[in-house]
Amino acid sequence: MSPGAPGADSAPLLVLDGVTKSFGAVAALRGVHLALHPGEAHALVGENGAGKSTLVKILAGAHAPDTGRMTLDGRPLQLRGPADARDAGIAVIYQEPTLFPDLSVAENIFMGRQPLRGLRRIDTRAMNRDAERLFDRLGVRIDPARPARGLSIADQQLVEIAKAISFDARVLIMDEPTAALSGVEVDRLFGVARSLCERGAAVLFISHRFDEVFDLCQRITVLRDGAWVSSDPTTDLTVDEVVRRMVGRDVASLYPKQDAALRDTLLEVRGLSRAGVFSDVSFSVRGGEIVALAGLVGAGRSEVARAVFGVDRYDAGQVRVAGRILPPGSPRKAIAAGVALVPEDRRQQGLVMELSVERNATLARRRALSRLGLLLGGTERAEARQWTRRLQVKTSRLAAPVATLSGGNQQKVVLAKWLATAPRILIIDEPTRGIDVGTKAEVHRLLSELAGEGLAILMISSELPEVLGMADRVLVMHEGRLVRELPRAEADETSVMFAATGQGATA
Amino acid sequence: MAHDSLYAAPPSGADTERPAGRLAGLRGALGTWDTAIVAALVVAVLLAGLSVQNFATGRNAQFLLLDLVPLALLALPMTLIVVTGEIDLSVASVVGLTSTLMGQLWLSSGLSLELICVLVVLIGAVLGAVNGVFITGFGLPSLAVTIGTLALYRGLSFVVLGDQAVADFPASWTAAVVRTIPGTSIPVAVVPVLLLALVFGVVLHATPVGRALYAMGNNDEAATFAGVSVARTKFWLFVVSGAVGGLVGIFWTLRYASARGDNATGLELTVVTAVLLGGVSIFGGRGGLLGVVAGVLLLGVLRNALQLADVDANALTIVTGSLLIVSVVLPNAAADLRARLHRRRRRAHLSAS
Repeated sequence: MSPGAPGADSAPLLVLDGVTKSFGAVAALRGVHLALHPGEAHALVGENGAGKSTLVKILAGAHAPDTGRMTLDGRPLQLRGPADARDAGIAVIYQEPTLFPDLSVAENIFMGRQPLRGLRRIDTRAMNRDAERLFDRLGVRIDPARPARGLSIADQQLVEIAKAISFDARVLIMDEPTAALSGVEVDRLFGVARSLCERGAAVLFISHRFDEVFDLCQRITVLRDGAWVSSDPTTDLTVDEVVRRMVGRDVASLYPKQDAALRDTLLEVRGLSRAGVFSDVSFSVRGGEIVALAGLVGAGRSEVARAVFGVDRYDAGQVRVAGRILPPGSPRKAIAAGVALVPEDRRQQGLVMELSVERNATLARRRALSRLGLLLGGTERAEARQWTRRLQVKTSRLAAPVATLSGGNQQKVVLAKWLATAPRILIIDEPTRGIDVGTKAEVHRLLSELAGEGLAILMISSELPEVLGMADRVLVMHEGRLVRELPRAEADETSVMFAATGQGATA
Repeated sequence: MAHDSLYAAPPSGADTERPAGRLAGLRGALGTWDTAIVAALVVAVLLAGLSVQNFATGRNAQFLLLDLVPLALLALPMTLIVVTGEIDLSVASVVGLTSTLMGQLWLSSGLSLELICVLVVLIGAVLGAVNGVFITGFGLPSLAVTIGTLALYRGLSFVVLGDQAVADFPASWTAAVVRTIPGTSIPVAVVPVLLLALVFGVVLHATPVGRALYAMGNNDEAATFAGVSVARTKFWLFVVSGAVGGLVGIFWTLRYASARGDNATGLELTVVTAVLLGGVSIFGGRGGLLGVVAGVLLLGVLRNALQLADVDANALTIVTGSLLIVSVVLPNAAADLRARLHRRRRRAHLSAS
């Protein structure tokens, strides 16, 4: 397990040796080793807070390491800024690329260095042609002349990759690129990554999804608490082993849903339709039950959840909560009826990032906590403290803006906010997206406990292991329709994926 | 933490979780915008008292406070509106239109003045509701809508009275609004203003509605997901703003014993300046009512002192305009600096995530 050397059949392209980085008193990286070989996809895994992002920022030229050595092609490498990293041939593809939405795809790729013709006018035709060539090399088809607005996240990432190879990038760092992609899109992205490897590029792949890590990468580096744990060929590792190294302890079970006694039907959805989004969706959830809504990204699962909760209106159908009709279009009435929705997009929908932990945790309870219409005497603080303690939210203080928390702790604040409303029905959309393994297990245990207490839980998840591990029943959506219902015993990867891709028998 | 201080945690004795260290101290000392404004106010009063003749007199205090009443009243709903990330530029035109309507009704309807006052406030509310419908019903930007009604309502007020003025209001009424509290030079009218300020302050800082206003000012989508009726709340804010505009229309008419189409022209600029000077972020989500009260007083003192010093009206407008720019630029520069310090601190805490 010595850094870099073992098993490599070529000299490493980029080497980090004993890199440390501290911010004030906190050591973010403590002697990290990393060797990226040409033609190899290398995975970097670790819990949130393990130091992955700091490492990426160092490679991107955004942070300078305190100590340690970096070499590129055996020569010492010093990055004074992102421009240096780019010139050195290092490119970073982020989870959510930031393109200029109103400019064309080609303009985004060649921003600042557009090909010119007479009178310094931009040669649009040449630019589009060059972009086309880049896409050809990647084997994908995106119209270079179309505006970036409206591109799927997957396509936006491909535009970023095209930009990277137009700079002759030899080291491609992908920071959780697949978090928002559907299965097909992931396959395409991996195809591109593999072909770049074949051309001699080195890929650093950061992901929480082990199936993808094992699928794509030849080597896995594990970080824990800023320290380097190991770098080994994928073939020598198992998922359990990697998880054990990441958390430093054995994880008994990732998905501990306990059987709970089923109670009365609490949520009943009949013939719910919204033109162009989903149609004729019917299902029910009983107390004590976790029902998973599976399907590809874009199948309409989140949209159904939003309609049930009243954020969006629907054209036809009915929602009943414990037998009583829930009026459409009013989240406030849904909350009053005992429905809670933990939304998909934590930063945009789940939390008001600028406000404090305390305000966020009590936002949905602001009426219930008031006396004679007034919020006085620290009732919010007491409530927030109780819930942040119960869910073990790590924060320096309750008045800190929630934006300063890590992803996993932010998700706990969202959960605190909704559990504080004492819901009977919990709709939870992507409960563990972008959070670390330890917190993930906590969230799963919590969901299981809540079901045990008699809550009806509707869980939307794009992670198949989570769906299969947690759900008593799996509902599969495909293109806006509910196509399959699978009891726990019949649900496996094949049956769910078949239905989700529209190949299964229609239920 | 200029603006944070007010919406962030109310000071609670029980809480011992305090940020430690030099950076936190620096963040604290960068201090609250409120403190800065109050300090500026004290300095302005002292300077004016020492250097401007007749500033530190009871009679001037009376006029200064009377001049402040319309500004202070209009700034209250404006604060709430700007906190939600919207703006109402039609307030001064609402004052003008309600003033002329009051004059016209007094001239020709034969109704009692009491009833006319009630009607005028209701009309103000309706004018605000028109803004609200366009902004929340049709989803148009409040900036565009209220610039439109700024012109529309002002135009209508000239339709109502032309270039005439109605001046024959009963002396008992016109004297009442400028009367002072016996034994002092403080106008009685200040009392209801303070009461209203208290009400708006409590609503903004200690009620569920206030929490919702800050939430939607920062992120209306997240507010919606938390069960806040964003559109409905904003609609009612514009209605309240219109009603307060009607109230100011009455005050203005009686104070100057004159209902005219050009009453309160350009006052919206001063109101917005006072609110931003008070530390409310033009982008919404930040600021508090105490700061706005200080901002109103500071602006009033400055204008009054300059008037006494025989500075002409154009120069006053220049001062107001400059203060508006400064109060937008300064907090942003300060926030920028704070964000940098904050980032450092944050990195130190959870850089590794």
